[in-house]
Amino acid sequence: MIDLAPSSTSSETELSHRLLESMVRIRMIEEAIAERYSAQQMRCPVHLSIGQEAASAGVCAALRHTDQAMSGHRSHAHYLAKGGNLRAMIAELYGRETGCCKGRGGSMHLVDVDAGFVGAVPIVGSTIPIATGLAFADRLLRRDRVTVAFLGEAATEEGVFHESANFASLHQLPIVYVCENNLYSVYSPLEVRQPAHREVFEVAAGHGIRSRQIDGNDPLAVYHLMKESVAYARSGEGPVFLELKTYRWREHCGPGFDNHIGYRTEAEYQAWRERDAVASTERRLRDAGAYDEERIDRHREHVEGEIIEAFAAAQRAPFPAGSTLMNHVYSEGSHP
Amino acid sequence: MSRELTYADAIRDGFAVAMERDPRVLLMGLGVPDPKGFFGTTVGLQQQFGTERVMDMPCAENGMTGVVLGAALNGLRPVINHQRLDFALLAMDPVCTQAAKWNYMFGGATKMPVVFRMILGRGWGQGPQHSQCLHSWFAHIPGLKVVMPTTPYDAKGLLIASIEDDNPVVFIEHRWLHHIKGEVPEGHYTVPIGPARLARAGTDVTIVAFSYMVLEALEAAQRLDSLGVSAEVIDARGLRPLDREAIAASVQKTGRLVVADTGWGTAGMSAEVIAVASETSFRSLKSAPRRVCFPECPTPTGPSLAAEFYPRSGHIVAAVRETLDWAPEPSDWLMPAGIELDKPNPAFTGPF
Ligand SMILES: Cc1ncc(C[n+]2csc(CCOP(=O)(O)OP(=O)(O)O)c2C)c(N)n1
Ligand SMILES: [Mg+2]
Repeated sequence: MIDLAPSSTSSETELSHRLLESMVRIRMIEEAIAERYSAQQMRCPVHLSIGQEAASAGVCAALRHTDQAMSGHRSHAHYLAKGGNLRAMIAELYGRETGCCKGRGGSMHLVDVDAGFVGAVPIVGSTIPIATGLAFADRLLRRDRVTVAFLGEAATEEGVFHESANFASLHQLPIVYVCENNLYSVYSPLEVRQPAHREVFEVAAGHGIRSRQIDGNDPLAVYHLMKESVAYARSGEGPVFLELKTYRWREHCGPGFDNHIGYRTEAEYQAWRERDAVASTERRLRDAGAYDEERIDRHREHVEGEIIEAFAAAQRAPFPAGSTLMNHVYSEGSHP
Repeated sequence: MSRELTYADAIRDGFAVAMERDPRVLLMGLGVPDPKGFFGTTVGLQQQFGTERVMDMPCAENGMTGVVLGAALNGLRPVINHQRLDFALLAMDPVCTQAAKWNYMFGGATKMPVVFRMILGRGWGQGPQHSQCLHSWFAHIPGLKVVMPTTPYDAKGLLIASIEDDNPVVFIEHRWLHHIKGEVPEGHYTVPIGPARLARAGTDVTIVAFSYMVLEALEAAQRLDSLGVSAEVIDARGLRPLDREAIAASVQKTGRLVVADTGWGTAGMSAEVIAVASETSFRSLKSAPRRVCFPECPTPTGPSLAAEFYPRSGHIVAAVRETLDWAPEPSDWLMPAGIELDKPNPAFTGPF
């Protein structure tokens, strides 16, 4: 977590650099996955977050290490920003024994309990009630902890979202629902799924939840709003719902670009590319004469090293042996 | 006129024929009108039949399944499409507790002509939550009909029959069948819901197979031929009703039974087939029946474990050896060279 007095300009500058570093790292890792995907060694669907990095960076920077998060199919950025282990994630994409799920999950199932990333699953909406349950247990056990449920806007269409929001509101649970509204569910635009005269965040407001909508490509704004939301949830005042407006650059699933297939326009895509959070954060710092280019260059080099190392380690790692197929079906534990 | 079509094109053709004949037929589902056309099975249908009859929907499987039940009560004949059976599980109440019951519960006062279409995923990272083969669940429920066609001909004919049936029908496709080619007549025809299909006649052993496993069973039958064993392969095709007569007649002829299902064995269709054989043909059985099913663990995602997980033709051959009281032959389990067991077809390069 980044804890700096938000008023001073020097701390704002430091904050911007840290958010930039976080976003750059996520993007470089996602791009590295995209570049290597065609080698057919990562044999699982991949849902990349390129274009949406500001959301994860801003949100997770406002959390404590001990806070928890859950996500869905598009979870690489959430996992990484929450502090999930990079090597274990890449190894999981390669289906290896050293992966975070020991090769049983793939890209759509990430977990790093030590980092507070309690799980991501690809059934849309399924982690929303489970994350709500994390917060419920924390409330009953009087823990000082906040849970974040990451979701896409399509997940707000599922019944479980409403059932969970109602319950969280009823019990004033310490949870922040972070909804990245990227306008699409696979190839289906919002227009064919939700009424045009109602914003996504208003639905949560209807459940009596504190709800806000914000530019999800502005990492600083996301961070400050999240900071305030986490404080609110932590203090026991109740849940918060944040709608972060953003856009994925690449295809829904896979490494490529797919504007040519016709479900969205090149013009719309270009307009969102203009709002690239990495470039705009850099620009903002530069304009203020505060950009530490050398620092960011060093960071890029460092991340490049991490990436090379993580992919090399993954490719060296063994596949889980066939004899382990039946391991982990049940937990060995019991509580007599 | 007949021509060769892929299974996916046969489904598309079946939709077009049914929608042409009956303006009440309506397609709904996430991604039904999308550019990739739902694995190619709905390509061009929205252009042909309009946005009111071929519709995308909110990401709300439970609610929308209930909505199509109401639409069916009020005169439409909806088909709700799920790209994975796993997504349809969100709608278990409307499918199992509502649709399956209404005809009976209200003494025949209402009708639910709905098709629930579900696809079984497999391979390339589909894993524990995108490839569950739970077709047996639906077969457990009186009031539902359940079909799982294997050939393009049956896919089209059973789809039209399912749409025209006044009862709720669960229509299940295996993702690995979509690229399979076969003869498909043009225009309208139906394949009745219920009767099994004799995929290959034989005299020494009966292999009853479900969906994709029919292809593995046919491959196994060829290998068995070279061992001097004549295998009869029955494509069950219908799960509910299950063709008990066809199973009984074949077992009474061959005296041996192997069941190959694309799913788990415990409390599944394979158990049901063996129960049918025991109940109808106990005295004809020369050996204990065997089944070839998934190992009793969730589907793993990684390619090494997935290859270990999915049963193949060799497993069926091994099971047949057991029914013959032959010694096990380790080469049965050898991984076939050059075949990538996590790809639906050789042209596949991901991502899903
Ligand atoms: C219950 C369920 N229904 C459908 C799907 C298929 N599916 C996978 S991702 C996705 C899109 C979800 O969109 P959104 O929640 O907005 O997230 P985004 O992909 O835009 O990040 C869908 C419909 C699924 N995985 N689970
Ligand atoms: Mg979305």
